[in-house]
Amino acid sequence: MKGKMAIVGNGDSIVAFSAGGIVPYSVENAVEAEEVISKLAKDYQIIFVTENLAVQIEETIKKYLSSAYPIILSVPSGDGNNGYGMKSLKKAMEKALGVDILFNENND
Amino acid sequence: MARINVNPTRMELNKLKGRLKTATRGHKLLKDKTDEMVRRFTVIIRENKALRDEVEKDVANLLSQFSVARSLMSKSDVALAFSMPSVSVQLECDKANIMSVKVPSLQLVENRSESKFPYGFASVTSEADYSVELVGKVLFKLVKLAEIEKITAMLADEIEKGKRRVNALEHVMIPNLQETIKYISMKLEENDRSSRTRLMKVKSMMENKV
Repeated sequence: MKGKMAIVGNGDSIVAFSAGGIVPYSVENAVEAEEVISKLAKDYQIIFVTENLAVQIEETIKKYLSSAYPIILSVPSGDGNNGYGMKSLKKAMEKALGVDILFNENND
Repeated sequence: MARINVNPTRMELNKLKGRLKTATRGHKLLKDKTDEMVRRFTVIIRENKALRDEVEKDVANLLSQFSVARSLMSKSDVALAFSMPSVSVQLECDKANIMSVKVPSLQLVENRSESKFPYGFASVTSEADYSVELVGKVLFKLVKLAEIEKITAMLADEIEKGKRRVNALEHVMIPNLQETIKYISMKLEENDRSSRTRLMKVKSMMENKV
């Protein structure tokens, strides 16, 4: 199966990704992002979302968790990294294992 | 523990014994399955974290490079330079099977093009060239991360479900069945004893009469 990639984000920085064949969709706010993602979910296999938006539309992202496609992945945006990606990783770990095996060394 | 509400008959007892056997067997299988999933999960999540660290660094690097490039060129030139894919790639999507969880499996197939950059060099600065090249490099890692992060999320979900099932079997279903089986067999023995004493009584009464 041939797949397509898209990126949803605010600001101009997402244009940079189109050089890699990722189609940029610029949105203004979280509500708009949700609409765009639900539209894109049928046609695109990978949807990148900038982190600042991903934080706000967590519920929508969760909806797509149960099936293999589409994959929704958060990437750092132009204004920096807010740690959302690591946080979701940590959440998955706690859900599955109940203990922290990766991040505990950072805390002490 | 709560007892299942059934009639204390020999037939129910047999049925319940069968169910207990299946439940015990299912519990063992499910436990083995979740244990194996947890083992794989721990491997994958370490990989995931390392890759995520790497990608976040790369993307930050790319974006800062891009903002430099953008500041040096006109808006239309930027749109032009970045609108065409610099690496012509084809994303191949497939599904893999990890412990009967259907996970995505992605592959980027690169088609070599003659020119490295899909635009003329006159209006595009070298900073832009550099960031376009970076995008191509980051892309592979991004796709890999997308795949592995989805696998992590799906496995975590599946492990949670599996654990819940194992616990339900271990702490609810199996004790309930055991308790009910015990109750029925005790009831049956009780019935047995009472009918025997009745017989003995009847027999002694008859002997007394004669």
